[in-house]
Amino acid sequence: MKPLVVLILALVLLGLRFLRLSRVLWVPVWWLASYVFLVYGIEPPLPRSIILMFMGIITLSLLAYFSVDSQTLSAAWGAIVRFVTDRRYTIPLAMVVVALPAAVGWVAYRNASKAPNPPLFGRTIHPPPPIEITFKGKKINLTEADNPFRALEKSDPDKFRQHVARGRVIYFQNCVFCHGDNLNGEGLFAHGFDPLPANFADPTTIAMLQESYLFWRIAKGGPGLPEESAPWASAMPAWEKFLSEEDIWDVILFLYDYTGYRPRAKESLE
Amino acid sequence: MANCELPAERRRACLGFGLPLAFLLLAASLVLAANGAQEGGAVTKAVEYRHFPVIGSRVAVWIIAQLHLMFGAFVLAVPMFALIIEFIGYKTGDKRYDQLAYEFTRLLSVSFSFTASLGALLTFMLFILYPKVMNYLTQIFSWTFFPYVLLFFLEAVFLYSYYYGWGKFHPVTHLLIGLALNLVGIGIIFIADAWLTFMNTPRGIDQAGHLVNLWEAINNYIWMPINIHRLIANISFGGSIAAAYGAYRFLASSTPEERAHYDWMGYVGNFIAISALLPLPFAGYWLGTEIYAYSQTLGVVLMGGTFSWLFIIQAVLIGNLFLAANYYLWVSMQRIEGAERYYRFIKYLLASITLCFLVWATPHSLVATVQEARAMGGQHHPILGVLGVMSAKNTAVNILILTTYISFLLYRRGNKEPTVSWARTGNLIQFAIFAFAVVFVIFLGVYGYFVEAKVRIRLSVPQVLTVLLTMIVVTLIDVFMFKNARIKGPIRWGEMPARSQYALFFIAITFAWTMGLMGYVRSGMRQHWHVYNVMKDTSPDAYTPTLGFAANVITITVLIFFSFIAVIFWLTGLTSKKSSGAKWEASA
Repeated sequence: MKPLVVLILALVLLGLRFLRLSRVLWVPVWWLASYVFLVYGIEPPLPRSIILMFMGIITLSLLAYFSVDSQTLSAAWGAIVRFVTDRRYTIPLAMVVVALPAAVGWVAYRNASKAPNPPLFGRTIHPPPPIEITFKGKKINLTEADNPFRALEKSDPDKFRQHVARGRVIYFQNCVFCHGDNLNGEGLFAHGFDPLPANFADPTTIAMLQESYLFWRIAKGGPGLPEESAPWASAMPAWEKFLSEEDIWDVILFLYDYTGYRPRAKESLE
Repeated sequence: MANCELPAERRRACLGFGLPLAFLLLAASLVLAANGAQEGGAVTKAVEYRHFPVIGSRVAVWIIAQLHLMFGAFVLAVPMFALIIEFIGYKTGDKRYDQLAYEFTRLLSVSFSFTASLGALLTFMLFILYPKVMNYLTQIFSWTFFPYVLLFFLEAVFLYSYYYGWGKFHPVTHLLIGLALNLVGIGIIFIADAWLTFMNTPRGIDQAGHLVNLWEAINNYIWMPINIHRLIANISFGGSIAAAYGAYRFLASSTPEERAHYDWMGYVGNFIAISALLPLPFAGYWLGTEIYAYSQTLGVVLMGGTFSWLFIIQAVLIGNLFLAANYYLWVSMQRIEGAERYYRFIKYLLASITLCFLVWATPHSLVATVQEARAMGGQHHPILGVLGVMSAKNTAVNILILTTYISFLLYRRGNKEPTVSWARTGNLIQFAIFAFAVVFVIFLGVYGYFVEAKVRIRLSVPQVLTVLLTMIVVTLIDVFMFKNARIKGPIRWGEMPARSQYALFFIAITFAWTMGLMGYVRSGMRQHWHVYNVMKDTSPDAYTPTLGFAANVITITVLIFFSFIAVIFWLTGLTSKKSSGAKWEASA
């Protein structure tokens, strides 16, 4: 959030209360305030797609507010009719008649003169895993697979810590360059990639997934992604070519241990 | 009870009764013939798929199946609330309820024929276009076809007895027929659900896919969640269509009596739709949990994969439903003398709904350009990303429900002034309960970010229970508080602006679209499997269509459905014109 923008907006809205605006005028005021807040009040900026969706919802709500009361609605309609037909408003009406197409033209100009961008895609971040994968000739059922060392956490904590420590070494030898030393996806090479490397510190990534899912992603990398994840230019290597099965399970232990998240447990069928 | 004995209706009854049964018998014989052919010869084995011209087999079956489901939902739901309304009329002696229940039931006669005809058409198409998968399903479920046909037959008997017997049987006998109609309807939906849920989460079969235990095949992992979800959704959907009928008749009314009657009908239909909508997200959540528990892959296909975008669309639709439902209630307050006191609260309720709607519709992974993604540090926005997961969604939907309930509470109080001495204390207690519920629901939502997924999912239970308990306790307090309340003025039924009726149309269309969307999600999540993990789809259509294409098919299906509904409304309107000596008495 940008406190300054929020403060200015709050002050403007508060100030307008003293002007005792009618309900009809509050609607565009709130619409504009919402737009300014969404575009300029949030840091980092929101993508345009989400601003459009939010503004759609806000517009609907404001229309509902505006039209719920019959008196307000007829007053507003009367005001519009007066504005269009009353000679007193000829000059403002002319200004609106000029301003509307001018605004549309300005938006069209702005869009046409923008620097070219790669096309926009709704990419699937968590593609569904296959039921079974083959890892170095061994079949692994992802629905049933568990981290074989997870049980050590309770049965043999010292051994568990050894596996975590081993995972840490593997991570810093192989993964840190992209996923970063804080596991937040900001490694040295990260800025050269699209899509960006996964941010494990984000509570909505690995904490939402079972360990077998991570195993699949690490083992098969970008080349092993299903077609639905296209357009896909992931630089994630297929680590099965470089790491053993134990290495991968260990590094998964480290990811959860370092971030403090727990893997998604398997739900029991009812 | 209203007397509706008309020769024309009897003729329609014969048609309505005979036509579906004829179709059904044809379909049943086709099923048996197909089964026999499968056992007897290699002819059907050679043909695995046939092609439907122009639009292809999948789209053809998709549209007909969805249409059948929508009509089925309506036909099974209307008797449920018609029976309850009739029962209220019987207990209170208020003829208006009886008349309203009859008005709802009147919609059933033609709808039932449409449902059965579409069902038969669907059966034909499935057996002709997909013989391989239908042979397999026949092997598994052949013994369930007989009770299904029997129940369908009984459904026809009870439905027409219920409709045409209105005013002719003893009230209790008539209510019992209605009860039997509902039980049979539930039986039908449960059997059909077994077939389709088996395709998603098969059970009771061996490694080669041969049947081992029929009961297990029926009682597969998502059978009961789908049963419950569909029952509730059907009531909601049926209520909204009935409300739309009320709105249609309201707009076409020429007398104040008719306007009053159909205004009330629209209100009751909408009340039923929204009351059933409130628990629906939780039933859906149970279903989703069971799917995830059955297979992580299916769970991720739904919630993390391609289909997750459909849930964003669904969230927008459901948000719109809540908004429209509340809007209708607020506009309705204009016909209640004394409700002006509560207008000032509308903006706060709207703010709450808008905020919850925004959270409910926020996707986890945002559609962003490379520059936007870099600025965010990934595909997840640090602030919005947090709102895109289930903890936030659950919290939002619970508060959305509470807000809608408050709107209803204000509507209900509209023209009443409590006379009890403890009214102020009662209001304070109600306010405290609401405040506690909101704080607790938000607390659980935030707490969900700090615990593992398994615990987080379970947190939805206390959230739901808090909301349900709040609604029950507040309602109880309200009932006692407004007992012997002073009435400030009458409810002026019929004095509603036209836009309120368009809100009812909007709700019905949104329900139908949501139903089409979710039907596609449930079926499409199998992707290239007919029966998940057992029988692969090897047809030319064995791919997941793009979201845009799917949305177009759903939209066309909804348009066809409402074209049919328009015909039903028109036909039903013709019937009611003859008997609409609507003896409407303005309600107090």
